[in-house]
Amino acid sequence: MTVAADALTAAPSREPTRHSTTTRVVIYGLLIVFAIIYLMPLVVMVMTSLKPLDEVTGGNMLYFPHDLTFEPWRKAWGTACVGLTCDGIKGYVWNSVKMVVPAVIISTLLGALNGYVLTKWRFPGHKLVFGMMLFACFIPFQSVLIPMATILGKLGEIGQTLIDATGYSFGFGNPTVNLVLVHVVYGLGFTTLFFRNYYETFPTELIKAAQIDGASFFQIFRRILLPNSAPIFIVTVIYQFTNIWNDFLFGSTFAAGDSSPMTVALYNIVNTSTGVTEYNVNMATAIIAAVPTLVVYILAGRYFVRGLMAGAVKG
Amino acid sequence: MAALEITGLRKRFGALEILKGIDISLEKGGFLVLVGPSGCGKSTLLNTIAGLESISSGEIRIGGQVVNDLHPSKRDIAMVFQSYALYPNMSVAENIAFGMEMRGVPKTEREKAVAGVAKTLQIEHLLNRRPSQLSGGQRQRVAMGRALVRQPRVFLFDEPLSNLDAKLRVDMRVEIKRLHQETGTTVVYVTHDQIEAMTLATKIAVLKDGELQQVGTPNEIYNSPSNLFVADFMGSPAMNLLDGMVTRANGASKIVIDRHDHPPIVLPLPESADSSKLSDGLKVIFGIRPEAVNDPESVDRNAKSVSTFDAKVEIVEPAGSDTYVVTRAAGKELTARMRADTEVHVGENHTFAFNLDKAVLFDPQSSRRL
Repeated sequence: MTVAADALTAAPSREPTRHSTTTRVVIYGLLIVFAIIYLMPLVVMVMTSLKPLDEVTGGNMLYFPHDLTFEPWRKAWGTACVGLTCDGIKGYVWNSVKMVVPAVIISTLLGALNGYVLTKWRFPGHKLVFGMMLFACFIPFQSVLIPMATILGKLGEIGQTLIDATGYSFGFGNPTVNLVLVHVVYGLGFTTLFFRNYYETFPTELIKAAQIDGASFFQIFRRILLPNSAPIFIVTVIYQFTNIWNDFLFGSTFAAGDSSPMTVALYNIVNTSTGVTEYNVNMATAIIAAVPTLVVYILAGRYFVRGLMAGAVKG
Repeated sequence: MAALEITGLRKRFGALEILKGIDISLEKGGFLVLVGPSGCGKSTLLNTIAGLESISSGEIRIGGQVVNDLHPSKRDIAMVFQSYALYPNMSVAENIAFGMEMRGVPKTEREKAVAGVAKTLQIEHLLNRRPSQLSGGQRQRVAMGRALVRQPRVFLFDEPLSNLDAKLRVDMRVEIKRLHQETGTTVVYVTHDQIEAMTLATKIAVLKDGELQQVGTPNEIYNSPSNLFVADFMGSPAMNLLDGMVTRANGASKIVIDRHDHPPIVLPLPESADSSKLSDGLKVIFGIRPEAVNDPESVDRNAKSVSTFDAKVEIVEPAGSDTYVVTRAAGKELTARMRADTEVHVGENHTFAFNLDKAVLFDPQSSRRL
């Protein structure tokens, strides 16, 4: 025990000399090899998307583009055929955005609210409620498909009734609204878990002080809790954004045709059975589909790790 | 009219009773210190006054108004927490003004009030900083500022000094005392530190296991503890408690403290004891503060009743201002507080003098004072 502790405390000073050159070469060598393995598909995708089709089919996929062209990107965005319409992927990207943004915001805010109640306004049975919320994280996607379809069907009927009565559906039965609902419900378990664990270590005295200061339930939430939740907010937003943006199963099940999210459209473009397979267009589409999550990670990634660590070790 | 009046207060968590019928009242401008060992219920009592915890039965009045079911913000109280509980996302000025903001006080008025309090507490230069940029003592001041600015009927302090280092704690203690004297506010203060209790309070309430042991002025608590627990808890070093026996001879009662290797110490009855309760052969516990055990030559000149005895010195602890001399009587340690320059040597016999004016007797069965 003490030997280990000594080694730990002495480690920083001994670090430079402890590893021999061979060890370093092996370590860096392994890291570089794995980095190449992980980066290779992306490199191939980018290179392929910048080649004309004959160069893709005729050449080696690891060759750099000879005739650099952005035509595949233009086509993927504007004119590629998804099913029977040939308007490219842009409409579907917009569908995804319309689905992801509200779903992420709603599920994150509700998760924060749940976490707040489950830690700072405890009620009898709060443990049971949290346990069930936690259980929601382990329910597989597939098992909720049929019950969810039934519920969405009912909502569609309500929408139809509303249209008959008022001429407007108020969002009932709208595929994008349906997807938002599905993702909010499915994501709530995760967001609640994140926020509950974060707020568990949030000092309760601050809440008490705010109560004495006369702040209401929602004032405390908005003025005290939320401004101090940046790390867990970023974690939750990244997590939810990635999950919902990349979701295929719910998208393909509950939204058909023009209203389907981008993941479904990507599948349809790649899986088209007519004509030649345009690998360069497919690659460009796939990159477009992946870019938002990539950007989110690059912008907020370091907070992600920091947020995940926060609360893991009591400071 | 009492600023704070608590009658028959009980607090239960399920079957567990945390507060077992508390009755205290505090006059306006008074400084009540709730003191006791950890887990005695003093913080719970403070929280019930604040309204942060509900009560099971009884009544709490603030300024004559029953506040049992009032929300904390409606009780006209302010609280300083052990961790200071400053809002980390707000500047010092925003922290102090938050309560007024929640109550809809106009901005200009808030700013004026914040400036006034900042001046009193000498934190004007800190107003734009975040709590994380402040030292412990500065945070403490800001927390007090947040309470002061509201000018509430009662201030509640929950162990406010326990997170500070020893020197700062003494400074802040003086600061709080000065603030109380200047503003004349009514304060309820929780601490486990009996020195804080003695120095700050106008009234001390000693709690143990959810029961009030004694309520009184610091002087009463210190000099006439109502039971063994209070006697032992208050004062440092603790009161000497020796087993003795009452003997009646020639109409006068005496206390006899048996010793193994020395002749027994025979003492006249202390003044504080009620002789009618003391029958011949009654076992008692004789309590005397270390400062009432001294050299025969340096014992209090005004003492009416002094008794001397010889005993072997076991330990000498020079503490700078005083020297504590530990000897043994009736199998128990007996600490004497002597002048720093007293000539005492370990292992030698020394003559000690009891100032019996300051001695008290307890019943070992009920542990009450006789």
